[in-house]
Amino acid sequence: MKIPLSYNARSLLQRPVSTAFTALGIGLVVAVFIGMLALANGFRAALVRTGSAENVLILRDGADSELSSSLERQAVSILTASSHVATGGDGRPMVSPEAYVVIPLPRKGFDTTGLANVVVRGVSPAVWSVRANLDIVAGRRPESGRSEVCVGEKMAGRFDHTAIGETLRFGGRDWTVVCRFTAGGSAFESEIWGENEQVLPVFRRETFQSLTFRLKDAGAFEEAKRALEADKRISVDVYREADFYAQQSQLLGSILEVLAIMITGIMALGAVFGAINTMYAAVASRSPEIAVLLTLGFPPRSVLASFLAESALIALVGGVIGMLIALPVNGMVTSTTNWASFSEIAFSFRITPGLLLSGLVFALLMGVIGGFFPARRAAKQPVVQALR
Amino acid sequence: MKFFHLVLANLGRHKRRTLLTIASVALALFLFASLQTVVTTLERASQFGGARRLVMTNASGFILPLPLSYANRLSAGKGITNVTWANWFGGKYGDNKAFFAQFAVDAKSYLEMYPELVVPEDQKQAFLQERSAALIGVRLLDRFGWRVGQNVTLQGTIFPGDWTFTIRGVYTPSDAVINDDMMLFHHEYLEERIGRPGIAGWYIIEVDDADNAAATAKTLDDQFRNSSAPTKTGTEQAFNASFATMWGNVSLLMGTIGLAVVFAILLVTANAMMMSARERTGEVAVLKTIGFSDGTLFSLVMVEAGFIALTGALIGLGGAKLLYRLSNFNAGGFLPGFDVTTRTLVIGTGIALLLMLASGLVPALRAARLPVVQALRRVE
Repeated sequence: MKIPLSYNARSLLQRPVSTAFTALGIGLVVAVFIGMLALANGFRAALVRTGSAENVLILRDGADSELSSSLERQAVSILTASSHVATGGDGRPMVSPEAYVVIPLPRKGFDTTGLANVVVRGVSPAVWSVRANLDIVAGRRPESGRSEVCVGEKMAGRFDHTAIGETLRFGGRDWTVVCRFTAGGSAFESEIWGENEQVLPVFRRETFQSLTFRLKDAGAFEEAKRALEADKRISVDVYREADFYAQQSQLLGSILEVLAIMITGIMALGAVFGAINTMYAAVASRSPEIAVLLTLGFPPRSVLASFLAESALIALVGGVIGMLIALPVNGMVTSTTNWASFSEIAFSFRITPGLLLSGLVFALLMGVIGGFFPARRAAKQPVVQALR
Repeated sequence: MKFFHLVLANLGRHKRRTLLTIASVALALFLFASLQTVVTTLERASQFGGARRLVMTNASGFILPLPLSYANRLSAGKGITNVTWANWFGGKYGDNKAFFAQFAVDAKSYLEMYPELVVPEDQKQAFLQERSAALIGVRLLDRFGWRVGQNVTLQGTIFPGDWTFTIRGVYTPSDAVINDDMMLFHHEYLEERIGRPGIAGWYIIEVDDADNAAATAKTLDDQFRNSSAPTKTGTEQAFNASFATMWGNVSLLMGTIGLAVVFAILLVTANAMMMSARERTGEVAVLKTIGFSDGTLFSLVMVEAGFIALTGALIGLGGAKLLYRLSNFNAGGFLPGFDVTTRTLVIGTGIALLLMLASGLVPALRAARLPVVQALRRVE
């Protein structure tokens, strides 16, 4: 025989302040939990989305990032001629040998002051078809042979001189901004893109940093990897583009997650202590009631379940409050340095339904743990004594 | 206070509740101290810098090199007492590709310029005299179990291939804000192996008078403005500060979380105090009847709240201080000198006092204002 849940709901309303305090305490923990994981989530998502599974990214053998890599022109021609490279509609290979430079740019606005390290990527004109998720949202593509650049959507507003028609100065040259592009929310949106043959000389570079190409047969990645890494004329590492960028998010992504779990773990412990206090007080003040329930024939098991449910109910309310507190951060843009590439990347807090659900489960867990011992005390209470 | 035993008796009545509440306060302040220390450590790092040291990087981006030929021109500059240069190496160690910072430096001038790196004289000489020698931070000895005299091989990421160095010296930083997990080796060795491209990552320039630092920096930048690689020169402090801002808005994040933590614990504590007060309504009425003044009853509750808050603060703040001290924590090299500052401890104690006020005030006022007759009637 079960004790109806409405009994618990009414009991909670009997002591509104205490219930509200406990729920709000749990709510704050859940809010921090969701908020911090949304940060880690957004960061990872930005990098994971940067790559495509159909594309191959090539670095010099042993290089762990585009920054530390370099590819000679000769290697680039060998790679471009590979039979694994897809051919575009215009009959040319879908390849983008890229220059990758980090430049200092002054940030604007209140976010943080000082210089940010921004990626300038020199791309080939074919890049717009090699990378499928690119979309020019305003303006036109940079023309080959001119010092024109396209800026990522997340650059606009955070840096000066990034509007179309304005002039950005870097590498000792003036560049006209001719377009703004999106790339599915990825890290590319924090970059400035110009033509590779324009970017290389101003930074006095003789080599490219990476090469990205579209696979002719999307399923033949392993084959392409084997063939290119075995080629004696070049020494390169071959990555699936998506895997490479995902791996670049490993370090910071894990730091953020570990931090989130440690901070909320400690907070949760405090909230559980609060819940234990509340539930013990509830049990103590209602001992005659509990005795009556037991006398009426409700088995101790039901009393245990009932008090657990009561605690879980408080936690659930807390969880919902936490979700509501955390929700507004969704989509908020923040930035940090991705130490794997030594450059600043802007990304949005990302709250997913799954994350909200885990926040709720987390709240319930706090409630159940906090309620267990008090509920057991209630169930084991000696009836006669309490009634007297 | 002559009624202190009464406070103790009240605290001891619900031992479990008292302990749990103290524990929540302790956890909250531990967390507060930890978060705050992240901020203060970054702040400290961004304020660090020798007043007479300038850092010169490539104006087009600090990852781009400068010609090694600048060294002579710099040394000849007016008011410049010393010049050294360094290069980021970016090697990985071992099968699991462990990362730590390595710099190729012009050894003699670098050690002259950084007296903060304390090296025993014999080790220093041994390091200076051997081309492939390395000088490592004391933390690396523990981290990898290395010994002086041992050969270590790194895999280059920027400069490909396997690089073997012989550890000849161990430095201990005299200022905790300097990383104790770096490896320094000879720039000459790097140049030689990569075919003498003649590059330096950045220059560090010592001026004779800190007051001339800004003017010297400007003169140097003007001097190189129209050369192959224009430069950007600033104080070492400004250079470090710009690194610290690379983290983004850490202090806002930490501050927000800290606020949430403190507020959550305030709720827990206030709740506990109110529950205690409610259960004691009858007693308070009795105490009033036998002549306890309103003021005394008010302070009894406040002292009880204060005891909980301050004991929690002592455990939480003291625990944080000790833990980070003893464990020599540095967040994997990102936060060297991670130590809870006195200021953080004071702020933490201030929060505990606020906690006492906020959690104790309502119950204390209620106790003081309790109408005796009504309360006694309710108790029967």
